[in-house]
Amino acid sequence: MRITLRMAWRNLWRHKRRTWLTVGAMIFSNLILVFSISLQLGSYRMMIDNALKSYTGHMQIQRQGYNEEPKMRSSIDAIVSLANDVRKQTGRDSVAARGVAFAMTSSEERSYGLQIVGVEPEYEPKVSTLPGLVKEGDYFTDNDAEEIVIGTVLARNLRAGIGDELTLLGSGHDGSFAAGIVHVTGIFESGVAEIDRNMAQLPMGYFQSLFGMGDKGHNIVINAPDLSQVASLQQSVRNMLADHDKLVVLDWEKLQPGLKQAIQADFTSAWFMYGVLIVLVAFSVLNTQLMSVLERTREFGVMMALGVKPARLGGLVITETAVMSVLGLAIGAVLGIALTWYLSIVGFSYPGMEDMAERFNLPDRMYPSLSVLSIMLGPSIVFLFSLLASLYPAIRLFFLQPVAAMRAV
Amino acid sequence: MLAWRNLWRNHRRTLIMLAAITVGVWAMIFMTALMRGMVDDMLLNGIRSLPGEVQIHHPEYRDDPSINNSMPAPGGALIEALQIPEVTAWTSRVRVPAVVSSERDSRGAILLGVEPDGEQRVSFDVDSIIEGRFVEDVDDRGLVIGARMAERLETKLGKRVVVMSQDPDNDIADRGFRVVGIYKAKLASLEETYIYAGRETVQKMLKLDDQVSEIAITGDDYRHVDQWYPRIRQAAGEGVDTLPWYEVDTYLGSMLAMMDGFVLVWIIIVFLALSFGLVNTLVMAVFERVREIGLMQALGMRPSTILYQILMESLLLLLIGLVLGNATAFATVIPLQDGIDISVVAEGMEMMGTSSVLYPALKLNDMIMANVIVIVLGLLTSILPAWRAASYDPIEALNKT
Repeated sequence: MRITLRMAWRNLWRHKRRTWLTVGAMIFSNLILVFSISLQLGSYRMMIDNALKSYTGHMQIQRQGYNEEPKMRSSIDAIVSLANDVRKQTGRDSVAARGVAFAMTSSEERSYGLQIVGVEPEYEPKVSTLPGLVKEGDYFTDNDAEEIVIGTVLARNLRAGIGDELTLLGSGHDGSFAAGIVHVTGIFESGVAEIDRNMAQLPMGYFQSLFGMGDKGHNIVINAPDLSQVASLQQSVRNMLADHDKLVVLDWEKLQPGLKQAIQADFTSAWFMYGVLIVLVAFSVLNTQLMSVLERTREFGVMMALGVKPARLGGLVITETAVMSVLGLAIGAVLGIALTWYLSIVGFSYPGMEDMAERFNLPDRMYPSLSVLSIMLGPSIVFLFSLLASLYPAIRLFFLQPVAAMRAV
Repeated sequence: MLAWRNLWRNHRRTLIMLAAITVGVWAMIFMTALMRGMVDDMLLNGIRSLPGEVQIHHPEYRDDPSINNSMPAPGGALIEALQIPEVTAWTSRVRVPAVVSSERDSRGAILLGVEPDGEQRVSFDVDSIIEGRFVEDVDDRGLVIGARMAERLETKLGKRVVVMSQDPDNDIADRGFRVVGIYKAKLASLEETYIYAGRETVQKMLKLDDQVSEIAITGDDYRHVDQWYPRIRQAAGEGVDTLPWYEVDTYLGSMLAMMDGFVLVWIIIVFLALSFGLVNTLVMAVFERVREIGLMQALGMRPSTILYQILMESLLLLLIGLVLGNATAFATVIPLQDGIDISVVAEGMEMMGTSSVLYPALKLNDMIMANVIVIVLGLLTSILPAWRAASYDPIEALNKT
């Protein structure tokens, strides 16, 4: 084995330029792969985090069917005490109950139809970033206060400021007329136009009395410490709810199927591109190795005549490729890491990024995230395909006739 | 001729290289066609739901889409300007936020008071009506809502719903409507947003007289909008905002620009991956023939002829590869012309604003760009090995084993 490795090493440097060109192809594609996979994974994580943290949360308890058809009447009874139970059982306080209703919201000058969300003032800041983004005034603290918190764009559109009165008109839980007057106590700015334009929050107690909800609400938002722990937490909440047959626990993939699918679609198209790069590298390796086998026909003939088995010669060719691939992998990965690391510090942006970012709720600079997975995934596939490509020239050796080979030019 | 024969002296190497170029060119063109198709679809959908390639508004309306920011219906000079042949259709609409309530539930919506004829030509696709009919007159008293909206409100064709909005004095204006039509939109989110009624009915309900919120104008191709929209802007005057689609929705505009950038970067990356193989092949071809080249020089061939000779080989290789690559790209795009069903990820695509069937769009420009880049850069990268071959010293070359 040692001798094969040594021979392979020396053989490679018989044609310095050719070897470097092939290794160069590998370095180039590994560099691109490391960089773009890191960027991709980084942006997915950012997309998921941002989309979920502002409002949706990692998972929600809802009544069966609410997710497909969010109707006022598919509510959860005694929601606040259920949320308390969940908190006790899981030992986490990032659990908050919410209610959702529609109302015509009017200020002195303007009126808009809005989704009104009732939240628990104490726990909402633990599941959502919105309370922390209040730019003017304060988030409410009293569960029964007749107070409302709205987004900046909405405040501008309503021409309402802190302390102004808003009139809410809508229909209650039983279809009756619901009307109330609230004061604006806080205005938040999330940077996402959609949320800033459409979101209004009331404290849960007042929300329930205004819309005739009694002790009911519509969903309980639960956040896990991070994405990887969502599944296990979901399972334990599900076990806890075993005796409520009308309630379901849905994770973010169900709550926002678009997010998951956008990622899938992007991932698929990206892999098509990576596939092309990898195939091109494989061709390059195939070409090089085939050439180097062909020009050594005589040499191999002599070696076989001296008793070297074709399997060993094949092994030699594959070892040569492996050595090249390791070089390509190491240098490519190092350069890739360097580039990605540099960009993960200064950030990365391209033209058109800002509009894109606003639409998908991303910050307007991207910070690729380096992880073992994002570094090793691409290069190891390149490595694998290079070895596969060198199989053909290696297998050819088995059909080499020593006598004819020695006579070859 | 010599180049052609030289290529086939080592047919395996040439074939591998050809295969690599073919795959590369195929990938360039195919991928570009897919992306173009996606962006085209996105833009068309986007422009249809804006709607229109050019919009005219009250200057404050875009920041504050309220009833107070309405403007008078189009008058003399503007109507005249709208007669130019580039404008295929235009319409004016009242567009206000509203709340719709059935006896069961209420939802926020955007109420559109439309002129049925113009609306259908600019934006609304009548085939999307699945039950009932579209608004028929400007004073039609019926309401057309989306299928999802009907589901959410638990209402159906023929039932009554109440629409509430605000009139210019900030009093609540409400009115009962009978649901006369239900439509299904390509993008499900639109179904939940827009409800249609006759323009005059809405104007009466909101005490608007003949004021409208926006005027939407379409031409034949969104790429050519710059050629005609300045004339409309001039005719519309200073008092209103006249904007082309890429300024109304900057996301759509920047998508188009980003796409062009992306196509170029993609072609260049594939080319770079390809060029390593190309240079490698040529370097080898030259290396094998050091003696032969030395002999040719000794026989009086000039270095420039040798340079030309090697470049010729490279050019032939590239040309054959390009022809094959273009052919396979065509062969794969044409059967897919009817669209690729990607409804598995429909909701994800909807987030990006495309529908669930992808139509690859082969653009002549992109093909030309791919081909030109490959040839020009391909020849540039082969200059190095060719130049080396040409500058061998004949005596040394002849002695080389």
